[in-house]
Amino acid sequence: MEVTSVQNGIIIDHVPAGTALKVLEYLKIDPAKTKLALIMNTDSHLYGTKDIIKIEEGDGESDPRIDLDVLGLVARTATVGIVRGGTIVEKKTPTLPEHVVNILTCRNPRCVTTTERGIDQMFHLTHSERQEYRCDYCDEEAKL
Amino acid sequence: MLGKSVISLDDLSLPQITDLLHKAQYIDTHRKEVAHTCDGRVLATLFYEPSTRTRLSFETAMLRLGGKVIGFAGAQLASVTKGESIADTLKTVSNYVDVVAIRHPKEGAALVASRAASVPVINAGDGGHMHPTQTLADLATLQSRFGRVTDLTVGLCGDLMFGRTVHSLIETLCRFGNVRFVLISPDELKTPQYVLDRIDATESCSYVEVKDLASVIGDLDVLYMTRVQKERFFNEDDYLRLRDTYILDEDKLSLAKPDMAVLHPLPRVNEIAVEVDDDPRAAYFEQVKNGMLMRMALESTVVGDELPGYEPFENKEVQA
Repeated sequence: MEVTSVQNGIIIDHVPAGTALKVLEYLKIDPAKTKLALIMNTDSHLYGTKDIIKIEEGDGESDPRIDLDVLGLVARTATVGIVRGGTIVEKKTPTLPEHVVNILTCRNPRCVTTTERGIDQMFHLTHSERQEYRCDYCDEEAKL
Repeated sequence: MLGKSVISLDDLSLPQITDLLHKAQYIDTHRKEVAHTCDGRVLATLFYEPSTRTRLSFETAMLRLGGKVIGFAGAQLASVTKGESIADTLKTVSNYVDVVAIRHPKEGAALVASRAASVPVINAGDGGHMHPTQTLADLATLQSRFGRVTDLTVGLCGDLMFGRTVHSLIETLCRFGNVRFVLISPDELKTPQYVLDRIDATESCSYVEVKDLASVIGDLDVLYMTRVQKERFFNEDDYLRLRDTYILDEDKLSLAKPDMAVLHPLPRVNEIAVEVDDDPRAAYFEQVKNGMLMRMALESTVVGDELPGYEPFENKEVQA
């Protein structure tokens, strides 16, 4: 399988196999309007299988717009390579954010966020190893 | 603690909780001296769901301190029926009163209220989530019975899965340390893992999980009974099957230590036989009194009114 290299943009590698579309959704990247390549369920030395997302974006001058907090949340193992002029000039590793606002939605039907208007959906990290987030309001565990 | 909202007991440090416990004891023995502590203050009790016991306790607490009370009970009476948000109600009520006690069926409602309000908000129960003043009442009862809240074997019996008072009590006792927990429940209503993790994370605390009350009652200093709550079940058959699993009667109590304390957050259904009420070990109505005393301590503290003659308790050994 051959995919043309990215000239200017990002390569998100080591995305958990099968989750690339979900990752794009969380990153609010619309596949219908973005020049990108998805490689799914390919071989990985580290994890057995993985997905790769390659996005052509920008002019090589400005940093690509990608929220590392969100990426850390949905694809903790992912790495981000910044590509300029066809070469990777920088690698970034997302970390788990301590606090996430308006990314996750509380699924607890008894939570106040289901009825109160105009409040943010807020979650905090309660266990980094288990990657466990809980709602600020009702303490329900987030389902990713 | 002036101006501080209390949504969960995590909002309070151990010295602050300890000071409140001592204030409650002081209030109990100095009722006349403290009767005008909150003169001119107004408490709002915003009760979006019925809870006569808790509301009366909050209101009596303010009245006994010399303050006044406004409020509503039952959301059908409130402007919520016209679609007003909790935040807007609190922004409005903040202009009228010095402190708010809120009860709401939605979990997290008290946090929303405290963020919107410009006066301290006390959580009087937000759904199945938090009910910090109940835990303060529990602690005050242990304090008055044993003179301490540590070095105890505490049995908790009944609904340990949905019972918020149980989770809150365990977590708070873990902060104080040196407690052995005996968790007595059917398999369907066992303590959630995150609560067990909390005990495991506390070196000086330990727990065992058992199903049979009679076999362990003799080891306990405290037996905390809980109601198997109908509203926590989606299925009535499950409720009816589990409701009568653990009933404390004189027969079981005869196996217990002579100074064991029986606590219950009330109201009870049938999990404690009425005959137990006359036993000196029954501490659950005392717990109600302690709840009012703790609310007096808390209300006066968050509005910044000092109890006449009270000297702050400073326990140098207790770390926040």
